[in-house]
Amino acid sequence: MSATTATTTTTTTTTTTGAPVTGRLGDSPVRPDGIAKVQGSFAFSGDLSADGSLWGATLRSPHPYARIVSIDLSGAWAINGVEAVVTAEDVPGKPTYGLIDQDQPVFASEYVRYVGEPVAAVAANHPETCRRALAAIRVEYEVLEPLTDPERAADGTFPPIHPNGNVFRHQRIVRGDTEATGEVVVESDYEIGMQDQAFLGLEAALAIPDPGGEGVELYVATQWLHEDRGQIAACLDLPAEKVRLTLGGVGGAFGAREDISLQVHTCLLALRTGRPVRIAYSREESFLGHVHRHPARIWMRHHATRDGKIVKIEARIVMDGGAYASTSSAVLINAVTHMQGPYKCENAVVDGWAVRTNHLPCGAMRGFGVVQACFAHEGQMDRLAAACGLDPVEIRLRNAMETGDRLITGQVIENVAPVRECILETAALPLPDEPVGGHDGDPMRLPGGAGLTADRSHIRRGIGWGVAIKNLMYSEGFDDFSTARVTLRDGVASLKFATAEVGQGFVTLAGQIARSVLGVDDVVLEPIDTTVGSAGSTSASRQTWMSGGAVDGACRLVREQLFAHVGAQHGVDPLRLAIDGRDVVDTMGDLCVPVAQATAGLVFEDTFEHHHRPTEELDENGQGNCHTAFAFVAHRAVVDVDPELGLVKVVQIATAQDVGRALNPLSVIGQIEGGIAQGVGLAVMEEIVQIDGRVRNANFTDYLLPTFLDMPDVVATLIEHPDPMAPLGAKGVGEPPCISSTPAVVAAIRDAIGKDLTRTPVRPSDIVF
Amino acid sequence: MSDTTAAVPTTGSNQMYVLHVNGVDHEIRDAWLGESLLYVLRERLGLMGSKGACEQGECGSCSVLVDDELVCGCLVLAASATGQRIVTIEGVAPVGAPSDVQQAFVDAGAVQCGFCTPGLIMATHALLDRSPEPTEYEIREELSGNVCRCTGYGRIIEAVQRVAVARRGGAA
Repeated sequence: MSATTATTTTTTTTTTTGAPVTGRLGDSPVRPDGIAKVQGSFAFSGDLSADGSLWGATLRSPHPYARIVSIDLSGAWAINGVEAVVTAEDVPGKPTYGLIDQDQPVFASEYVRYVGEPVAAVAANHPETCRRALAAIRVEYEVLEPLTDPERAADGTFPPIHPNGNVFRHQRIVRGDTEATGEVVVESDYEIGMQDQAFLGLEAALAIPDPGGEGVELYVATQWLHEDRGQIAACLDLPAEKVRLTLGGVGGAFGAREDISLQVHTCLLALRTGRPVRIAYSREESFLGHVHRHPARIWMRHHATRDGKIVKIEARIVMDGGAYASTSSAVLINAVTHMQGPYKCENAVVDGWAVRTNHLPCGAMRGFGVVQACFAHEGQMDRLAAACGLDPVEIRLRNAMETGDRLITGQVIENVAPVRECILETAALPLPDEPVGGHDGDPMRLPGGAGLTADRSHIRRGIGWGVAIKNLMYSEGFDDFSTARVTLRDGVASLKFATAEVGQGFVTLAGQIARSVLGVDDVVLEPIDTTVGSAGSTSASRQTWMSGGAVDGACRLVREQLFAHVGAQHGVDPLRLAIDGRDVVDTMGDLCVPVAQATAGLVFEDTFEHHHRPTEELDENGQGNCHTAFAFVAHRAVVDVDPELGLVKVVQIATAQDVGRALNPLSVIGQIEGGIAQGVGLAVMEEIVQIDGRVRNANFTDYLLPTFLDMPDVVATLIEHPDPMAPLGAKGVGEPPCISSTPAVVAAIRDAIGKDLTRTPVRPSDIVF
Repeated sequence: MSDTTAAVPTTGSNQMYVLHVNGVDHEIRDAWLGESLLYVLRERLGLMGSKGACEQGECGSCSVLVDDELVCGCLVLAASATGQRIVTIEGVAPVGAPSDVQQAFVDAGAVQCGFCTPGLIMATHALLDRSPEPTEYEIREELSGNVCRCTGYGRIIEAVQRVAVARRGGAA
């Protein structure tokens, strides 16, 4: 095999020496990968190739539930250019994988359990050859009745569709006086549709086999390199060190890259052929090939005093996890433990199920179970407000959680908890000055735009609220640590970590931390790969806290070495030394040595693992300190609704978010606006539609994403109270924006038309009929 | 084992054609005529800056100029674009010397994952060439063929407005 050309970029960021110190914590320096991204030279995983590489492709089940009677591969082998055809029989190691329970087959062997489940894969010289080879594989199926009603999975009336049964997890929470009741009682059913992460950079990978097939190198867009490595190595029956992963440029993730998709297939085909193999999913295949946000049905009842104070909550939650476990059990725990919302509540009875069906597998998506809970509890708060004769802001203020309050799990909120401030600051933001249809009367500004003309006089405006609490980091005893290594050499800091950069901007933040702690201008980011310890997943709003903590910790260790060296050279106690700008200075004397000079010809290096405080599992009553930390947010939505055509235009979202400390304010705004876009999408347009277990809209023509025209103006206030528990005072900011923005928009539609909408996304028919 | 030397599927007519891309003629030989312009740009010419995210003209990630018209490269058969001037993101500005639009995207925080960005850069240049001082609503309308999943569009609009202001001499 000839030399490969797969490379990843080492990025250097430089600030001109002599200029004012910039790019430190609290500044908003530009992304180190920004210029490459705007010029098209940034290498996404789908852009990587190697000399002599083949294309791989995957044959998928057309049935939601069927028994595989036979597979005939001969037709594929007969096609010129086909180099490998593999099925379950060719998987050398563990036949299944998964993040929590390894129940998902690399390839289906006996049964297929969802439309899109991989059955075989081919490697060939051209994507079109692959397509023809897949079409030539004959699979005989005995079609079975699919399980498509999650209630039947929960109540046990459908025969098991998997040896592990149809219930992934049942968790009950019982707290306080379960018989407590209030003068005011409100209840309703709520339903949340299946949302897709819809990252733009489709799944893609390049696998390069070692000579002799003793190992493999994989370039892949993922959220967690080390977790992928462990699962891949087990399936390939290789030692972990023989599977080396490098992050291919990631075109968005939002949870969908936390699970394995094409990783094992790509490696297996490369090992089989002895040649590099690329797999690149199509959009339809991407819809079928990764996990989604759990659809959920939630019944909820609130008991309150006549003046609106919550006395007790009751809830029953059923989440459809689809065919395989993925992270369903953890998503369920997030949903049940966040059912009270950011409100004081002493008494609770909550029952939750995550179940197996013959739908697409569900797992992580931004908000991870809390999105579903929030849609229900915020609908309830508006009901409660109406029943008590209060407005939506007042009911939320009266119940707002504070530091020291307890969750319904008994866990005390020890973090900064500025719920009241989030609500008040959001309320203080100006409402849009634009009248219905805009100042200029342009019909494009009406719901539906010019193509679906609404009668302007019929359009109604509404305002709605949503407030949320979100856990940060992993829960239930999991130690999701992060590792960073820092090398300070000749005034330049090199940072090594395995933190997946998925677009959120950790690569920017890492440099800011190093510049602040070490007094350097120049920061080199080494390739993101598995040659350093795990960083954990880029999910759960955790990397600023966890990998930020790791980079900060490693920088501090290196700084100690530097101070020891300078102290010894100049006869000064290292404890008196500090970084001031670009210099090491004696805080009690005149010594001032530029860092670049102090490190000339020298190397200081150290590695740090950041661990958060331990958490506990829940007991059978759902009690325990299961979460690590929490963040809060409020949203206010303004919408215009055409009640005759069922069309909605979201006019404005106002938000105040508890961020701890904004380490890069521009990046924080980017997370807020981007998260709100996904929340608006779930409110009014985004849903994967499955009928009888078949996906009806696995493409961007039929699965609607918010465009420039759908996205409202966002006005935002950052609530900055540095959290003493956070290594840099900063809370994760990625998830909260997409949690309560959805119920705020739906509440605004209710407010506009006076209808009791209990399902999201809100469809035109929900408004009209 | 089958014949491994075949570079293309063995059925179909495989003729040579010429594409004029970023000012240079490229002979495309032994290519399957079913290949899209996006595929040929990326896989045969190595111009990886144009991205494919939907393959049906909905997302704009593959936006290129063909005879000055902004089109989705995924919807154009490569062989049908012979004799036309094709400009890709690689033809906008030399590496390391970004255009004003490219620099503004970086400075304004309009880039997160960056996958939609090359297409948006192409669309923004086309918009500002047509309409040097677009209103905010015009920007939204004109760029609505380009989907971004990360940013919520706010910083992109900011970037476009910054360029418009800078081009008319910095006067607000």
